[in-house]
Amino acid sequence: MAAAVRDLELDLDSFEGPFDLLLTLLLKDALQPAEIDMAEIVVAFVERLAERDELDLDACGEFLVLIAALLELKARRLFPEEEAELSELEPEEAAEELARRLAEYRRMKLASTWLRERLEEEGGRYFRLGPAPLAPAAERRLAPQEPLRLVEAMQALAVEPPHVSLAHMALRFPPVAQFVERFRAVLRRRRRFDFDAEVQGLSRVEQAVAFLALLELRKEGEIDLSQAAPFAPIRISRADPDETAGSEDSRSADGRMLQWTARSA
Amino acid sequence: MDRPLRLISSNPVDTLARTIEALLVVASQPLGLDELVEATADDAERVETALGLLRERYSEGRSGIVLQHVAGGYAFAAAREAADACARLFERPVERGLSQAALETVAIVAYLGPVSRPEIARIRGVAADSAVASLVERGLIAEAGRESGPGGAVRYRVTSLFERIFGLESLAALPRLDDIGEDQAAIRDRLLEVAEARAS
Repeated sequence: MAAAVRDLELDLDSFEGPFDLLLTLLLKDALQPAEIDMAEIVVAFVERLAERDELDLDACGEFLVLIAALLELKARRLFPEEEAELSELEPEEAAEELARRLAEYRRMKLASTWLRERLEEEGGRYFRLGPAPLAPAAERRLAPQEPLRLVEAMQALAVEPPHVSLAHMALRFPPVAQFVERFRAVLRRRRRFDFDAEVQGLSRVEQAVAFLALLELRKEGEIDLSQAAPFAPIRISRADPDETAGSEDSRSADGRMLQWTARSA
Repeated sequence: MDRPLRLISSNPVDTLARTIEALLVVASQPLGLDELVEATADDAERVETALGLLRERYSEGRSGIVLQHVAGGYAFAAAREAADACARLFERPVERGLSQAALETVAIVAYLGPVSRPEIARIRGVAADSAVASLVERGLIAEAGRESGPGGAVRYRVTSLFERIFGLESLAALPRLDDIGEDQAAIRDRLLEVAEARAS
């Protein structure tokens, strides 16, 4: 069964729950079809369709078949079975059953006549109709106040609010090229160095840009990176000249790299 | 000028009666004995005595206001002699246009409630949807849970407004079903007579 049909939530007078449970109860005779308002089910399904953007033709077809079957079941149960049930009875039993039903209805009909007469008797009786008056809300009385204290309170409120810094809204990114040059200079002096030691004392943003510079140098084949374990110090060393020899392309890209900044990333 | 009016006396029960009078004027629905006892902070026996005094004082022909024992409590209503004047100024929307179907339905709910819509339809032989909806809207019946089991039908009961509109002290004031209508045996005999007449 399509999910749109199976999970159709129903809130009828005689049933509340999903459509598939209703079907199960009807098929198990736990619920009488005569008690189900089929029109309400159709309305619920149409409302659900309207909520969705696309028309699920499979679900519509399936629903039509199911609701038609339910209607037929209801129609069959409403009339012929009752006749059959009564026809199976002996004339006296049938008369007894009919008499019981008629007597039940007649009593209620006469009770309604009694109520109508009562209503006419009471027709001349007027009384107040309306919601119960609310309990009075407890009044909160303020203790007597000094006018000067009110002035002080107002002055405290009238103070200029503190200036809110917007510095964080515009972060300044140092150019990546600056760190590229800095690391090249370090490597000219030393064969290897630790990244953490080199960027110590810089801001988080500067450290991030410095790291990007490292990646750029690695990409160009100028350095080798090594790290013993996650979160261990990052060691930077000069790349083997044999491996980087003839990398003219990387040199030609150098100019472009120098224009590169973290912001453009 | 300092002499008290006839209704105002220094009798303690009379003082209590005046307090109850005030409570009933303010209330927009019948006040039960328990509520009156609690509000007056007095004992039930004295409150009943005071109510007896008020009932005598506020009775048809003596006052424009009458004290009613209705819907399980006490309430003030207009005297019948003022009905025409009241009708010129006020509506009675709850019972206006109450159909026969609605009356039969409310009778079933009053006698058999809490009762579901399918049960009402079974007794009346026709759908009770619109009659039930109309009665709920008028405030004469209200939902009272659902039948047990999965997907149980909504059940309905009559409200205190029903008792008030029909001037009933409680549902016990409805006539016994056995006392109204033909008995089952009489109907059965009549049906058999009809069947025999057809057969012959």
